This record gives sequence, structure tokens and C-alpha cells, in this order.
Amino acid sequence: MSKPVKQIHLAAHFPGVNNSTVWSDPAAGSQIDFSSFVHLARTAERAKFDFLFLAEGLRLREQNGEIYDLDVVGRPDTFTVLTALAAVTDKLGLAGTINSTFNEPYEVARQFATLDHLSAGRAAWNVVTSWDEFTGQNFRRGGFLAQEDRYLRARQFLAATWELFDSWRGDEITADQDTGVFLTDPAPGRFDHHVDQFDISGHFNVPRSPQGRPVIFQAGDSEEGREFAASGADAIFTRHGTLEDGQAFYADVKRRLARYGRAPDELKILPGVTFVLGDTDADAREKADVIRHQQVSGPTAIKLLEQLWNRDLSAYDPDGPLPDVDPLVGENTVARGRASVRMHRDPTATAARWRALAEEKHLSIRELIIAVTGRQSFIGTPATVADALDHFVQSDASDGFILTPHLTPGGLDDFADTVVPLLQEKGVFRTEYEGDTLREHLGLGAARAVRDDRAGAADRKAAS
Amino acid sequence: MPSAPSPLHLAVALDAAGWHPAAWREPGARPRELFTARYWTDLVTEAERGLLDFVTIEDSLSLQSSSFAGPDGRTDQVRGRLDALLVAARVAPLTRHIGLIPTAVVTHTEPFHVSKAVATLDFVSTGRAGVQVKVSGRADEAPHFGRRPAIRFRPDELDSPAGLAALKELFDEAGDYVEVLRRLWDSWEDDAEIRDAATGRFIDRDKLHYIDFTGERFSVKGPSITPRPPQGQPVVTALAHREEPFRLVAASADVGFVTPQDTADTRAILARIRAAQATAGRADETVHVFGDLVVLLDDEPGAAADRRARLEERAGAPYTSDARVFAGTPAELADLLLEGQEAGLTGFRLRPAVLPHDLERITRGLVPELQRRGAFRTAYEAATLRGLLGLPRPANRYAAL
Ligand SMILES: Cc1cc2nc3c(=O)[nH]c(=O)nc-3n(C[C@H](O)[C@H](O)[C@H](O)COP(=O)(O)O)c2cc1C
Repeated sequence: MSKPVKQIHLAAHFPGVNNSTVWSDPAAGSQIDFSSFVHLARTAERAKFDFLFLAEGLRLREQNGEIYDLDVVGRPDTFTVLTALAAVTDKLGLAGTINSTFNEPYEVARQFATLDHLSAGRAAWNVVTSWDEFTGQNFRRGGFLAQEDRYLRARQFLAATWELFDSWRGDEITADQDTGVFLTDPAPGRFDHHVDQFDISGHFNVPRSPQGRPVIFQAGDSEEGREFAASGADAIFTRHGTLEDGQAFYADVKRRLARYGRAPDELKILPGVTFVLGDTDADAREKADVIRHQQVSGPTAIKLLEQLWNRDLSAYDPDGPLPDVDPLVGENTVARGRASVRMHRDPTATAARWRALAEEKHLSIRELIIAVTGRQSFIGTPATVADALDHFVQSDASDGFILTPHLTPGGLDDFADTVVPLLQEKGVFRTEYEGDTLREHLGLGAARAVRDDRAGAADRKAAS
Repeated sequence: MPSAPSPLHLAVALDAAGWHPAAWREPGARPRELFTARYWTDLVTEAERGLLDFVTIEDSLSLQSSSFAGPDGRTDQVRGRLDALLVAARVAPLTRHIGLIPTAVVTHTEPFHVSKAVATLDFVSTGRAGVQVKVSGRADEAPHFGRRPAIRFRPDELDSPAGLAALKELFDEAGDYVEVLRRLWDSWEDDAEIRDAATGRFIDRDKLHYIDFTGERFSVKGPSITPRPPQGQPVVTALAHREEPFRLVAASADVGFVTPQDTADTRAILARIRAAQATAGRADETVHVFGDLVVLLDDEPGAAADRRARLEERAGAPYTSDARVFAGTPAELADLLLEGQEAGLTGFRLRPAVLPHDLERITRGLVPELQRRGAFRTAYEAATLRGLLGLPRPANRYAAL
């Protein structure tokens, strides 16, 4: 018996705040004007995408003690821009990254429940923990949480918001004008949550929203992160963009679901990927090379190398050989506020690998950085890319993709016009939205009430 | 030569089904739609049709209640509400001229988050955002956050030393909060984004500024993650009933909402605010003072009073409010407003007792009446909220001269 053909899920990530966004291109528009967000959202909806995704960063990054100025800097507030986008779209899911360290459950639950009401059921939350005291300096509660506590807080935060989302059953409001009964429960929204990080009780004041609670995303790759996702998330945003990596990750995470009484379908795995389209495959490869050189200028190459080397390399020539000094081992003090820094777990080993590669292929600093940092995931004609995406999903390397175009705001236009129709012809991507809510687009069942929710229960147990 | 009279400014305060607790039972009320986008869009669109300066949207971080301590157990009134800032954001792309001023409770929220949210509201509305800052002394709100000890704040003890101290603490913190909002809005100079392909720099970092705010209760480093919004600084407003909030309005706000009971009261309040404004060193800055009024409006004489009686009967109690309650015709209300203007108020914020009824009587009855008297605009004359209010776009405190 052959395997059933899987349907692909597609999402658009608003490009920004890293060197993959090519702001110097004449076609690049504003990174902050609402019109840019409208353009990308409408393109994604025209193409029947599942959702639009926003990342988060709560402090401007620094390098060598100065604000980093080579990449896109500046972004809007997530909740505000997503809710405004609900006014100019009808079906597109609206996914926001909101961290659990510098927020409070009552407020975040209100904001997501409101977004879900005002978008008629299209909200999603990517739960993250900001990790540093550096970011904490912008907040009242500061950055005093230790690493372990931040993850504990994240789990407890999610459990607390879950309790708030479920504190209204959904049948309290009758608003019967004749009898004068507005609600059947004299004090709805009761909650009581006393754990290490939260000592909160009272009454939540937003009635149950269309999805019950937002779709929950998790973005993290650690053992802890995978378990967290398996226990309670609806989708994972991953970095595993190659077929082999993707298959290993996919198998690992899906295997974990059974432990929580969940079926493989209940957690969607969506890697963040990029693409370059051309009239021929060769043409696309050429374009991809040009884009890589736009993304990694000489100054950018030096800055990226500094993030691994953990020292000032401004005296080095980006078109020359790698520095003759070794990386400084220890806490990264050069780059602050960068997620990528944490990916270099063993800087000495990585540097040795890079050095060997540069020597073997005679690469300058810039060419090396171009070679070792995130190249485009899918390159070719629309037909090549459509085939590759389909193959990726049918081979269980993912359930779909979160696409980051390299241009704002028009970078998805060609994909929508050329690749999507081919996926539709193959019968692996919807031609019309079948439902109204994001849960429906993702093929997730209705949100279960927390009382009999295994993940919620497991999480509360883990948290207590 | 007498100078031309300044135009009257007019706003409406939107809250649930209207400010009267029985409003939701009136014909035309839409109590089952209070949590939908369409309901709010219809209301704000109607206000814009009436050329009003702005709408405010009420909010709180607890269930509505007649008790200061917690839910009052009533099932005959509207309970539950949406986040006001997000309601404003949802409506922004569907309106073009009207100002949008959501409430933010400053006692329990992060100024960094609220600063960027209001800045973003300014971006999505292309220059029409403001914020109404509100303190919370409610006994049931603090446990929702669990971060600070329950504030011992009893409304009936407000004039005792303990009550005054609690009030002072709340409003001092609100003052710090507004200072942080404004500094964060200024933390990017307007031309910080340079996109200099030659050097590869997207921004000029010399035009971004740490705000380094340190106050009694919190500190914030900055800069904002959101660039300076279209208005430079969105409009800051606050409701004020007594000395501490008067000081907040005078020192920190662009618009204050006050609740005088008559002309003498109006003059007394204005004198206190203007004096506090001078003390705060803002004597030469425009601080609008709007009178708040709850309104029941009908074209037929006597109809509004009858409606008020019907609402009170439904509610089972006479309706009182911190603000004066007006029931009458648009012409009578126009007289009252012009009298208030004469006494020094620059505008009014009307609180419709019943939505959408009293809002429509404002836009379709009162506004034409004021226009006939040459006292209100006949078209939007500016593209931003600051423009409508005659407030200059503030210079950036950090920009080099
Ligand atoms: C007499 C009195 C005067 C108050 N004056 C103000 C004020 O001027 N501005 C303000 O933001 N809060 C003021 N407060 C506190 C808030 O209005 C408080 O949040 C409100 O009473 C709570 O009600 P609500 O959350 O249901 O709106 C005052 C409270 C009282 C009891």
C-alpha cells in the first residue's frame, strides 16, 4: 500500500533584522511602514498560505560595544501589527513570537485572546525565552532570571496562559435583552496559579476566543525544547532545512509524541527556508550567487567572523585570508543580543573547520563566510523548486515550510505566482482555504479544554 | 480686532455597549457583538463620519465591577473586554482621519512594550495614535500579576494620609512611565535610517540613543526597537479628578480629561491645572483640557430624559458617574459645550450612554448643530492627530542642534 500524499503547509516570514534581508536592492521597500506588512500578508493570502510569521527581538543588538548597524534595525510591535493585518486579510493565520521572560501571563493571554477574537480565529503564538540580562535592561523585571529559571518560567508561563484561556468555557455570555441576563456565571474567568514563577489568582477578563487558545509554536532544538514541543505545541519552527537533517529531526520529534498520548499529526514541523527562482536552473544559481554577495558584504563578513572569533577583527581585510589569531574562548563579549552566537557551541572546533575549508579552497574571509553561513535552501526554476519542496515533505523531512524572502515586501510575489500553482497542480497544496481558522488550515483539531488536556496536564505537572 | 474663536475639539469615549450599565438592553444595542471586529469598526467609522478629533477606548486589567475589591457577582451587566490597544490597531487600517487613543494601565504593564505598541499604532494609522494612561489601585488587579504587593488603596480613605500617599505613589510612577514612553519615542532620530550602500550601514548609530532612565520603581535602558513614529511622539492623555492626576496632566500629558460639574468648577479645575503646568515648566506648551460628559441625546425635547428614566428603571438604580450626565437635545448640548469652551475648556470628550444610539446622535445631530453655529470643522483639516489638535510635532530631545 502506498503512503498517502501529504498536503504541504506554507507560511511567510516577514524578512528583517539580519543580513539575509537585502535592503540595498532598489526593489527593497520600507521595513517599518505598515504598507510593507500589508503587501506581504496579501501576497501570502492570495497564495493561500497558512500564516504570516513575525520574529521578535527586544533590544537592539550590539557588537564591539556599539549598536549593530549593518543589518536591518528596527521593527514594530508584534501584537499591534498582527492585529492591524487582521483588518486587511480574511483567512491568513497571524503568528507572533512573544517571549515569556519579559511579559506576564495575564497580559499576554489578553493580547492573544483579543487577537484571536479580532481575527476571527487566526492567532498563533511562538513561545520563546529571551536569554540575557542585556535584553532585560529594557524591562522592569530586569534580566535577573538564571538560564534554568527562564525555561522553568517559560513552561509555567505557557501553563498559566493555558489556564487563563480555558478559564472561560465559552457559554457564559447569553446577552439576553429580554430577561436582562448578560452572563450566566456571576464571576467568570476564575484562575488560581501558584508555582515557582507565578503567584497569581483572580478573574481573566476576555471571553473565550474563536480558537479557544492560539495555535502554539515552539522554536528550539535542545533536548528540552523538543520535549516541550512534543508535550504541548501545535507546530515547531525549526532550522533543519536540509533533507537528511530534516528527516532525522522529524523522526525524532514525531516519535516523542506518543509519550504524551498524541498522534503524529498533532504537531506540524515547519523549517524556516529561503528560495531563489530563475528562468533556468543555471540562471537561478547565478542569481543566488549575486544575492549571497549582497547579503554578505565585506564589512558584514568581518562582523560575522567576529561573532565566532569573539574579538575585534576590524583591522583585517575581508578579501584577505583568515586572521592569524585564534578565537577567544569563553563568554562571548563581542556580540550582544544575537541568537546566532549561541549556535557556535565550540568556537575553537568551528574555527578549525573553517580554517581548513578556507585553505583547501583558497577562500578569502568574505568567500568563506558566504560558504559557511546560511545559503539558500531551494534554488531553481519554479518547477525545480516545486518538485524539491514536494519531495522534502513527502520524504518526511517536514510538514511544510516557513519561507523568508530576501526582499521586503515583494520577495514572495514570484513564488506566489509561479511555484504555488505548480504545487496546486500536483495536488499537494490547497487551491482554496477549506476552513476559517488557523487551526483548520493546519489540520489541527479544536483546542481541547485544559481540564482533560494531556499536554496541559503534563506541563502543569512538570511545572509544579 | 477680536481673534477668531478657536475651533472646539470633540472626542468620544467608547466603552462596551455604552457608559450606562443597562445600555446593552436598549433597542439597537449589539450586546452579542461586543467582542467582534465589526462592532468596533462600525463605531469608529461612525465617529469619523462625524469628523470627531478622536475616539478613546476604555480598558482595565480586571473584570468590570461596581466593587473596588473584585467581581461584584452581577449577571445583568456587561462583563469582559478586549485589549483596547489591539481594538484600535484592528480599526486603524479601516479609517483614515480620526485619532485612536486606547487606554493603557500603567501600574502593571511594561513601558517598553507599551511604547513600541503605541508607536506601531502610529505607523499602522499613519500618524493618528495616542494613549490614555491610567493607574490602577484596584485590589483585584494586583493579584492578576502577582508582582507587587496589593496596593492598599481604599476609595473611601482617599483623603487620609495613607490614601494620599498611595495615590501619590501611583501617579509618580505614572509620571515616570510617561517620561519613559516619550524618551523611547525620541530614542531614534527621524533620519536614523540611512541605507548607505557605500559603507553597508542601514542606520546611522549616532542617531540612536540610550535613554538610561532610572526612577524609583524601575529603570529602562533603550533605545526602542521601533523607529520614531510618524507623529514623533503620539498624543498622551489622562483622566484627572484631583490634585495628583492634575499634576500628571500638567507635567506629562498633551490632553487631560476632567469632570467639572458646572462653570465655576470648570474654572477652578483649569486654574489648578494651569498652575501645575507652570510649576512643571510647561507654561508655554499646549495642554488641552477636555471636559468629560456622559450624554443621552435625542432630537425630540424630553425624549432623552424619558430614555434615562427607562435605563434607570432597568438598572434598578439612579445613574451616577464621576462625570456630569447630560440628557437633552443636540441644540441644548451645543449650548452647554460652548459655555464650557467660554470657561476655558478646549474640547469635550463625550461618553455615549448607549451605543450606537448616542454616538449617532452626536455625529448626526450635535455635529451639524455645531457646524451651523460655525463652531466645528466641516472637513478634516489635517492628516495626523497632532495636526487635528493643533499640537506641533515635537523636536527630538536627543537630536544634535
Ligand atoms: C476618586 C478617584 C479618583 C481617581 N482619579 C484618577 C485619575 O484622575 N486618573 C486615573 O488614571 N485614575 C484615577 N483613579 C484611579 C482609577 O480611576 C482606577 O483605575 C479606577 O477607579 C478603577 O476603575 P476601573 O478600572 O473599573 O475603570 C481614581 C480613583 C478614584 C477612586
